Amino acid sequence: MRSLQTHITIRDLTLAYGDFVVQSDLDFTIDRGDVFIIMGGSGCGKSSLLKVLMGLKSPTRGDVLFNGQSFWQDPEADRQAMLRKFGVLFQNGALWSSKTLAENVALPLRVYTELPPAEVRDVCSLKLALVGLAGFEDYYPSEISGGMRKRAALARAIALDPEILFFDEPSAGLDPITSRRLDDLILELRDSLGATIVIVTHELASIFAVGNNSVFLDPVTKTMLATGPPQELRDHSSNFAVRDFLQRGTATQENNV
Amino acid sequence: MMSLDSRPTTSPQQTAEVTSAAVDETSFLLTLRGEWLLESERPRVADLLTELDSIAGCERIAFDTTKLGAWDSGLVTYLVEIEREARERDIAVDHTGLPDGARRLVELAFAVPERQGARREERRQGLMSRIGNSTLEAVRAAQDWVRFVGELTLSFGRLLRGKATYERSDFFATVQEVSVEALGIVSLVGFLVGVILSFIGAVQFESFGAGIYTANLVGLGIVRELGPIMAGIIMAGRTGASFAAHIGTMKVNEEIDALQTLGIDPIDYLVMPRALALMLMMPLITLYADLMGIIGGTVVSVAILDITPVLFVEQLREAIGIGDVLGGLFMASVFGVLVALAGCQRGIECGTSAQAVGEATTSAVVTSIVAIVASCSVLNFIYTALDI
Ligand SMILES: Nc1ncnc2c1ncn2[C@@H]1O[C@H](COP(=O)(O)OP(=O)(O)O)[C@@H](O)[C@H]1O
Ligand SMILES: [Mg+2]
Repeated sequence: MRSLQTHITIRDLTLAYGDFVVQSDLDFTIDRGDVFIIMGGSGCGKSSLLKVLMGLKSPTRGDVLFNGQSFWQDPEADRQAMLRKFGVLFQNGALWSSKTLAENVALPLRVYTELPPAEVRDVCSLKLALVGLAGFEDYYPSEISGGMRKRAALARAIALDPEILFFDEPSAGLDPITSRRLDDLILELRDSLGATIVIVTHELASIFAVGNNSVFLDPVTKTMLATGPPQELRDHSSNFAVRDFLQRGTATQENNV
Repeated sequence: MMSLDSRPTTSPQQTAEVTSAAVDETSFLLTLRGEWLLESERPRVADLLTELDSIAGCERIAFDTTKLGAWDSGLVTYLVEIEREARERDIAVDHTGLPDGARRLVELAFAVPERQGARREERRQGLMSRIGNSTLEAVRAAQDWVRFVGELTLSFGRLLRGKATYERSDFFATVQEVSVEALGIVSLVGFLVGVILSFIGAVQFESFGAGIYTANLVGLGIVRELGPIMAGIIMAGRTGASFAAHIGTMKVNEEIDALQTLGIDPIDYLVMPRALALMLMMPLITLYADLMGIIGGTVVSVAILDITPVLFVEQLREAIGIGDVLGGLFMASVFGVLVALAGCQRGIECGTSAQAVGEATTSAVVTSIVAIVASCSVLNFIYTALDI
């Protein structure tokens, strides 16, 4: 069913904070309908890369192409139009704390659609129900648990039926059962929305459960070491660091090919 | 309660000892004795090093811990330091003599090599480079302001063209916060400033029989200067600080990033409604503060001078022209914009930590007050030149 069609192209990308280069020479593609994992040790620049992909941070060099269209080289107006097709789940949820859950989900709808308030409310209830939060419309983010906040943030991310969903460590800080349910939800959304999903994570269980393609960023050489399906990288990567990471540090040097 | 920095050091009960002996030409045996606890008095590594360095050709260090008593991190820090120094000198350290736990902790400490470039050097800077850096810092701060004002102008343009995304409810919430909720403190401060002013005026003018001119002092002083300044400073402390803390916390929580990924401009969404609300409400609050001040002044003047309220009010009416009132209200509007800008700008530029939010709040209030006083002087200069 999935047509293997390139959706996102990362071309010769370098990201830095001032003089401090975080990652350089990144070159890979993400196909339509992929659940694409960005992995690597803490502090290697996964969140920073995601920020570039979703338009929050401009790259030092290189470009990102969505459907072949340049994101960073094109005028601001085109970038705004592309943003509408993104849904983002931040590392800490980043729900607007002075708004209720329903108002959080409603804001994207109010910005980009002309729906009357009653219909907006209905869509919000639907999205909250999809993530298992029916009935929590009028709660404030501070009144619910961490796992529920993640799910509420997910409801907000899918408010506009995005083409691309970005997740930053969706399962960080969640217990194994909750994080497993979140993984299921992510796959479910991929299938039902037909969205391309880009996930930053270092939870191995999640990586193998949901990912069908991935890139591995290395904090030492400050570049990508490998790209491909996670299972394949685990078993056959020519790079020891990659295999070691995916085998929880139990890789042995001798099966280095 | 005691400060963590200046706790009296309790005299150590236990002592730890180390003696060193050369086994042969190239190896060296350290014998550890006593209680190696954090609270014991422990030997310094530096002393050992001087001894080591004095012996040429030492290639190996071993330990004898048969007489070692209790130990904790006090021992481990010592061992780790020896290990580090030994590595620098290419001396092998034989850990076999150590207690099992200590040996494993030392090995763990060296298991992950220090990341190159991760350690932040605290460089001591010379006077020149400090001056240079603070100049650059000041230039950068000025650039930030110019950029912010520019973005605000663009945002205002979008608002006029109906292209800005904002919440009407934010505007009204700010209106309520700066008006109804601030009435108490504005009344109190306004009234008392009127009282103080008329006390000073009454005593001075009375001494040469011109007590009635207290009305001029109180009226003009409050309407032209003190009313707007009072209102401005109250707003800086209440509202400006709250803007900075609110927006700063949103920044820490990535809520601003979340707005941006929706294509919402934070200036349109957060700053504009607040700045407009404050700009529109400041003249009203100032009018109210003026009124309170004049009431306070009237009460005191009538009480301590030999004049009737009617006479005092007559004198007030003669003293205050419409130009004075409008000039004061315009000034108040300017203060409102400055307070809102300082608060919002500090919030938007806020770093991403709890401390940064605190600093943003402080700096918002300080900036507002400086801006109020400075712009007050400039406006007075202009008013005088224009003869208002
Ligand atoms: N705003 C920032 N300013 C400066 N350096 C930053 C900033 N954000 C992150 N970094 C640095 O960039 C590196 C990568 O950070 P990040 O992308 O958050 O890593 P990850 O998400 O992979 O843990 C880290 O070394 C971090 O110190
Ligand atoms: Mg991260």
